[in-house]
Amino acid sequence: MQSDNHNDIIDRDDAVISISGLYKSFGTLDVLKGIDLDVHKGENVAVLGRSGTGKSVLIKILVGLLKPDAGIVKVLGQEVDKLQGKELDALRLKIGFSFQNSALYDSMDVRRNLEFPLRMNFKSLTKKEIDIAVEEVLDAVGLLDKINQLPSDLSGGQKKRIGIARTLILKPEIMLYDEPTSGLDPITSVEINDLINDVQRRYHTSSIIITHDLTCAKVTANRVAILLDGAFLKVGTFDDVFATQEERIQSFFNYNFIT
Amino acid sequence: MRTGSKKFLLSKGLDEYFIGVYNAYKFIGRFFKEAFKAPFHFREIINQCFEIGLKALPLITLTGFITGIVFTKQSRPSLETFGATSWLPSLISIAILRALASLVTALICSGKVGSSIGAELGSMRVTEQIDAMEVSAINPFKFLVTTRVLATTITVPILALYCGFVALLGSFVNINAHEATSFISFFEHGFDTITFLDIFTSVTKSIFFGFTIGIVGCYKGYNASSGTVGVGRAANQAVVLSMFLVFIEEVVIVQVSNWIRLF
Ligand SMILES: Nc1ncnc2c1ncn2[C@@H]1O[C@H](COP(=O)(O)OP(=O)(O)O)[C@@H](O)[C@H]1O
Ligand SMILES: [Mg+2]
Repeated sequence: MQSDNHNDIIDRDDAVISISGLYKSFGTLDVLKGIDLDVHKGENVAVLGRSGTGKSVLIKILVGLLKPDAGIVKVLGQEVDKLQGKELDALRLKIGFSFQNSALYDSMDVRRNLEFPLRMNFKSLTKKEIDIAVEEVLDAVGLLDKINQLPSDLSGGQKKRIGIARTLILKPEIMLYDEPTSGLDPITSVEINDLINDVQRRYHTSSIIITHDLTCAKVTANRVAILLDGAFLKVGTFDDVFATQEERIQSFFNYNFIT
Repeated sequence: MRTGSKKFLLSKGLDEYFIGVYNAYKFIGRFFKEAFKAPFHFREIINQCFEIGLKALPLITLTGFITGIVFTKQSRPSLETFGATSWLPSLISIAILRALASLVTALICSGKVGSSIGAELGSMRVTEQIDAMEVSAINPFKFLVTTRVLATTITVPILALYCGFVALLGSFVNINAHEATSFISFFEHGFDTITFLDIFTSVTKSIFFGFTIGIVGCYKGYNASSGTVGVGRAANQAVVLSMFLVFIEEVVIVQVSNWIRLF
C-alpha cells in the first residue's frame, strides 16, 4: 500500500474546481449545507463519507446534472449552473464522469459504447480516427480483448474500466469518479486504484474521487475531504486528516478497517 | 422550501395530478421543439422503425387474420335473416378499415411497443445511462425520445394498413368457404363502399395512436423513478395510459370525421 501520489505535478495556484458555500436540498431533505472545496490542477481529491451523505449529489452538481440551491460552483473558471446548451456541452466534454454502476449502454457492445460519445460530438472524424481512439483508451484500461463484448458479459471491475475508458476517449481535463471501487473485490480494487493514478499521470487530469474505501483514498488522493452532515469536517492529506483525534473521523477510520 | 412541512395548493393528489399534466405538456412541447432541429438521427429513426415493426408484426398478423374470420362468422347470421349475405364483404370492409384495423393495431402496439419503450428508457434512466449521455454532451432526449416517437408515429399507421389487409384476407377466407365468392369480387364489393375519407380518417387516427404510444412510453420511461420497481412501473403505466388515450382519441376522431361527413 505504498503511496503513489504525484504531488510534483500539482499546480497549487490553479484551481480547476472551486466550490464555495454550496447548498442543496431535495424538498425537506437538506443534503449539502455549505460546501467549500478547491481542486487544483493535476490534483486528486478524495471525498469520503457514508452512504447517503450527498457525495454523488456533489459531483452531479459539478457537471450540471443537478442545480445548486445556493453557492458558487466554478469548473475550469466557469459557473456551471449559469451555463446552457452549447456552452454547457463544451464544458461537459472536458469533464469525465465515471458512474457508480458504470452506466454502460447495455444495448451496445464495448466498441460502440466507446465510439458513441466521439461520433455524436465530432461528426467529422473518420472511421479510422475513431478506431485508433477506441483502441488507445481500451489499451489504457487494459481491456483490448473485450472490444466486441456486450456490457452484460463483463465483470464489475471490467465495466468500471470500460466506463472510465468511455470518458477518457474525450480527453477530459477533469475526472469525477463515483465510488470507483465499490462492489469490487480487494484485488480488483487495487487495479482500479492503479488505473486512477495512471490516468492522472497519463492524461494530466485533476480528479475528485468519491469513495468510502479508505485504501482507495490513501492510494489515489493527494488530499482527502471528509463529508459529514452536509459539510466537510476536515480537508487535508490522508495522514493529517486521520492523525487528528476527532472522534467522528476516528470512528470512520476504525469502521472501515474492521469491516 | 427548506423549512418544515410541505403545503399543498389543493390537496396532495390533485396537486400531483396537475403537476403531472404540466410535466407531460412540457415533455410534448420539448418533443416538437427538438424534432425539427438538427441533428436528426435518421439512422436511429429507421432502426427504431424496424425494431417496432418486427416486434409487433407477428401478433398483428395473427390478431388481424383472426379478427377478420371471427367478425365475418359472427356477422353472417344476422345478415342471413334478411337474405343479405352478399353485403358481407362491404360490411366487413367498413368495419375493418374504418375502425377495427387501426384500433386493434394501436392496442397491440400499446402492449408490445409502448411497454418495451417504457421499460427500455426506464432502465436506462435508473442505471444512469441517460445521465451518462447527458454528461458526455449528448442530448438524450433527442437521441432516445425524439427518434422513438417519430418511429412509432411512422410505423403504427403502416402496421394498421397491414392489419386491415390481413383482416380482409381472413374475412375472404371465411366468405370464400361459405359463399364461394372470388377474390376479385370480394375486394370489388368490399371497396365499393369505402371512401377516401374512410382511409384518410383511419390513417390519421393511426398517426395519432402511434404518436400517443411513443410519447407515453417515452414519458413514463424517461421519468422513471429510481430502483428496479420504477422500471416495471414505467412499462406498466405506459400500457395503461396509452390504451386509455387511444380509446379517447378514437371517440374524438370518429366524432370529428362524422361532422366532416355531413358537409
Ligand atoms: N434527484 C434526487 N431527488 C431527490 N433526492 C435525491 C436525489 N438525488 C439524491 N437524493 C437524496 O440525497 C441524499 C444523498 O444522495 P447521494 O448523493 O446519492 O448519496 P451518496 O453520498 O451515497 O452518494 C440521499 O438521501 C438521496 O435520497
Ligand atoms: Mg453515491
